[in-house]
Amino acid sequence: MSVIYMLLAISVSVALLFFLFFILSVRKGQFDDSYTPSVRMLFDDELVKDPAERPSDDNPKQSN
Amino acid sequence: MEQRPCYHCGESCGNQSQSYDGKDFCCTGCKTVYQIFRDHKLDYYYEIQEGAGRTPVPAEGKYDFLDDPEIVGRLLDFQDGTHQVINLSIPHIHCSSCIWVLENLHKLHPGVISSQVDFPRRQARVHYDTGRLGLKELVQLLSAIGYEPSITLEQYSGKEAKKDRTLIYQIGVAGFAFGNIMFLSFPEYFETGEFWLEQYKGLFRWLMFSFSVPVVFYSGAGYLKTAYKGLKAGILNIDVPIALGILVLFFRSTVEIAFDLGSGFFDSLSGLVFFLLLGKFFQQRTYSYLSFERDYKSYFPIAITRLKPGGGEENVPVYQVVTGDRLLIRNNALVPADSLLIAGQAEIDYSFVTGEARPVRKAAGERIYAGGKQLQGVIEVEVLKPVSQSYLTELWSDSAFSKSPKTAFRNLTDRIGKRFTLAVLTIAFVSAGTWLFIDPSRALNVLTAVLIIACPCAIALAAPFTLGNLLRIFGKRGFYVKDTETLERMAQANTAIFDKTGTISTTQKNSIRFTGIELSESEAAVLKNVLRASGHPLSQALYRQLAPYNIVPLESFEEHVGKGLEGRAGGHHIRVGSREFVQAKGEGSQTGTEVHVSANNAYKGCFTISNSYRDGAGSLFGRLANRYTLAVLSGDNEAEQAALEELLPPLTPMYFNQKPKEKLLFVRELQQQGRKVIMVGDGLNDAGALAQSDVGIAVSEDASLFTPACDAILDSRQFARLDSFLVTAHKAIGVIRLSFGLSLLYNLVGLYFAVTGQLQPVIAAILMPLSSISIVAFTTAATNWIGRDLGPNANKLLGKS
Repeated sequence: MSVIYMLLAISVSVALLFFLFFILSVRKGQFDDSYTPSVRMLFDDELVKDPAERPSDDNPKQSN
Repeated sequence: MEQRPCYHCGESCGNQSQSYDGKDFCCTGCKTVYQIFRDHKLDYYYEIQEGAGRTPVPAEGKYDFLDDPEIVGRLLDFQDGTHQVINLSIPHIHCSSCIWVLENLHKLHPGVISSQVDFPRRQARVHYDTGRLGLKELVQLLSAIGYEPSITLEQYSGKEAKKDRTLIYQIGVAGFAFGNIMFLSFPEYFETGEFWLEQYKGLFRWLMFSFSVPVVFYSGAGYLKTAYKGLKAGILNIDVPIALGILVLFFRSTVEIAFDLGSGFFDSLSGLVFFLLLGKFFQQRTYSYLSFERDYKSYFPIAITRLKPGGGEENVPVYQVVTGDRLLIRNNALVPADSLLIAGQAEIDYSFVTGEARPVRKAAGERIYAGGKQLQGVIEVEVLKPVSQSYLTELWSDSAFSKSPKTAFRNLTDRIGKRFTLAVLTIAFVSAGTWLFIDPSRALNVLTAVLIIACPCAIALAAPFTLGNLLRIFGKRGFYVKDTETLERMAQANTAIFDKTGTISTTQKNSIRFTGIELSESEAAVLKNVLRASGHPLSQALYRQLAPYNIVPLESFEEHVGKGLEGRAGGHHIRVGSREFVQAKGEGSQTGTEVHVSANNAYKGCFTISNSYRDGAGSLFGRLANRYTLAVLSGDNEAEQAALEELLPPLTPMYFNQKPKEKLLFVRELQQQGRKVIMVGDGLNDAGALAQSDVGIAVSEDASLFTPACDAILDSRQFARLDSFLVTAHKAIGVIRLSFGLSLLYNLVGLYFAVTGQLQPVIAAILMPLSSISIVAFTTAATNWIGRDLGPNANKLLGKS
């Protein structure tokens, strides 16, 4: 068999994989709010000024 | 320095500055919020953005209805045991500080599990543990830090529609297929007849075919459907040639690869659909945090306090209120249904319902209409009609609300679409007919080639991109337009009708005139302090306008509900209020609201508070008069007629004492005379006229707060620039026409290849994206150019959303 078939199969399946990720991310609502995350990512560094303050803070922002 | 801005809200502190922690605050409320934030180590809030806060509004008893589990249950998004999730809409969200502090709510109260802000929608999604924090406490917590959520009847009566993500999926599918098909078709563009290529040609082509199937039948389904609907209704809209192009591309390509005639046009096909959908996406962008469809429901409270027959109070949902119920209306609360006043001094502000600026006093036994706001003290009323049948809500049963007269509008693209389709079909059949005589074997080829190349991709993109971009340019400058179609209607309008109260005149600023004997300085100081103690809007208005004096502690103070105030300090006895209360002599004036003053039982004079008009209103009307027929419709009385005549161009028709329904009918009558009407209003009393007009523009002090149903929301600070927005909308139509011309040029080039029977897939693959991209570039540049003299951005953050 020609290597072309294999290459094609690989390229198409990689493309399909990315397409699947796209569908999943839309479904999870990643495209609903395209603004807030860009602001939120700038906060995290300054958030904890006193690390001993609140140990239960491990995972404050989980998903919906 | 006295005029330092408040550390919390950024407003000027005036003479009331309170110093705390080395910072200045304008009031105790702001100081308290600062203390809360500081105590919970949230003072980073002030580092992100200065003066971002808002003075909290005391909400004692206002949210008692949230104790009712049935009401809470309808508001919640999700509930599992003690874990509850709610989406709260918080209009004050406006900057990064807001996002930060609201996402750190768990630091303020351990009952909050997590919270997430959706900035474009001005919403916060809060997960909390009911074991430690009830919804009522959560709402009170938010109110206490100045982020009062708006909970309205609208949320109660129906859940929000599910988010429609179809378009994003469609774009994803089309983009995915477009990219892959491009890869697969690339070899055939250049290397025809090469050995290896011949070997795998079939495989490549059928792969392309399978990629393009979802593009046509999923991504392109919208175009096929609208074209079919249009044809069924006998309308040749722009989607007809698009759908024709898509189908011909698909079937000709399939036939070509099936009989090994060529490589087909799958690349052009998927590219075409992808670009068209991008245009649609651009057009659909709206301001998700603004609501253009609001009716009285978003203005009314969810629940109301009902007095039980046997004594005692209970909170009931507004919908459950029936005729004969006794209701308790608190200070600054809305009367939700037409009712009869039973007890208490009613002073009702109808400004939102009728446009009448002056509050009306009602005595026991008089009728109060729904939508009025009780200004002072608590009253008890008996319901005459249930909420849905009240005077105000009945306006919504008019046909202007049920059928949408605007759907009949055919936009520029569709109007062109008809002629375009006819022309394309003519060219296609004439050239195919001609080829029948020259070389019959190529006739079908030519017929399909013409339909493919003439597919009006660029034409269909011109309007969405021009108007979509303009929508964004306007939005950055404080003029929020619902959709692109509204812009087209705006450009066609020739009549502009204005409401008075709240639209031309402002409720935020009053002009106050004093007539009588000048008050001595010490008397004026006492007067100012007496006014300060009262929450009545007139006292507040007067208080803001008087020169600042030092705070003098009052020895005695008494507020006579519905009559006036009296106070004693430093040997002066000041009475301020109505004519009867102060025992003034003489006739009342008709030009505005009066507040009378007496000092030590001697009558001093009266303050006349009249409307003040928005800055630049006069010159705005001067400029508008050149293009539009103007008229003023006011729910208020004639008191301001003389002042309005000065403001408006000579002979502008003015109508006073207009009821909401009359305004609607006035607009309808003008439309029956063939006029295209822009209605500019602000309140619920204009809602009918706004819905009936071709373009209803609501003027709002704060666009994220309440506005009636409308097509566009204008930030009141931009009011004087309304004409330049309208002119720019007009110019945008010119830009669209130019791009139509440009895309026709491309079509002519393409048609040359098609008609002469030499259309190669590679030519189509170059020409079609090229025309689309150049149209997008041209329209974007042109709209930025025509929008350049609209001035600087009003609010950078708002524009980004």
